Amino acid sequence: MARILVREADFDAGAELRRLAGPGAGGIGSFIGIVRSDPSAERRVTALTLEHYPGMTERALATIAAEAESRWNLIGCTIIHRFGRLLPGENIVFVGAASPHREAALAAAAFLIDWLKTKAPFWKHEAYDDGGAEWVAARAADERAADSWRA
Amino acid sequence: MKLLYFAWLREKLGTSSEEVELPEEVATVAELIDWLQARGPRHAAAFAPENVVRCAVDQEFSTAGASIRHASEVAFFPPVTGG
Repeated sequence: MARILVREADFDAGAELRRLAGPGAGGIGSFIGIVRSDPSAERRVTALTLEHYPGMTERALATIAAEAESRWNLIGCTIIHRFGRLLPGENIVFVGAASPHREAALAAAAFLIDWLKTKAPFWKHEAYDDGGAEWVAARAADERAADSWRA
Repeated sequence: MKLLYFAWLREKLGTSSEEVELPEEVATVAELIDWLQARGPRHAAAFAPENVVRCAVDQEFSTAGASIRHASEVAFFPPVTGG
């Protein structure tokens, strides 16, 4: 049974990794996404606001986790995604997968974040240091990454 | 039927949700979009053909041909950008 959390509050990645290190686990693969602000960019991101679709989000994340559990032999699987207003450097998302062996753990973690990017109803809105703000456009590269896992 | 709007669609429409009574002939997502476009200038602008809009019927991602006959909730939004 996967651990799925959608919330405003931050997460403790260390605590989440320890929680995944259950009996039978031989390795844990994880990915943490944080708010990026490129100092060399013309417009610097000052805040990121994440909107989501309550109800559908939890269902979509559970479906993605279930797909990972069906593809790999996982001991544990965690997806935590934050919403609301976040500052550069803050945590956005944690995905983690524990398995008896590293191949499955690493592959499952990559799969979880690739699918999450195109199959979970979240939308990013960036505010910039020039006073402007924009909705982030979807990237074709994210779609290709998700498609690469098609069985 | 309950309609939900997210991200820039919500902003363009000035609302995050509305209740609508659909005529009998509106049976698919594509027909619902056509019907919404005729609802007023805000809807026409939000659902203009150049805007890329995605949809979920009862919280499942759906395409333009999907039936909404027995749906209780239809959501419209831009392509997702989480993670």
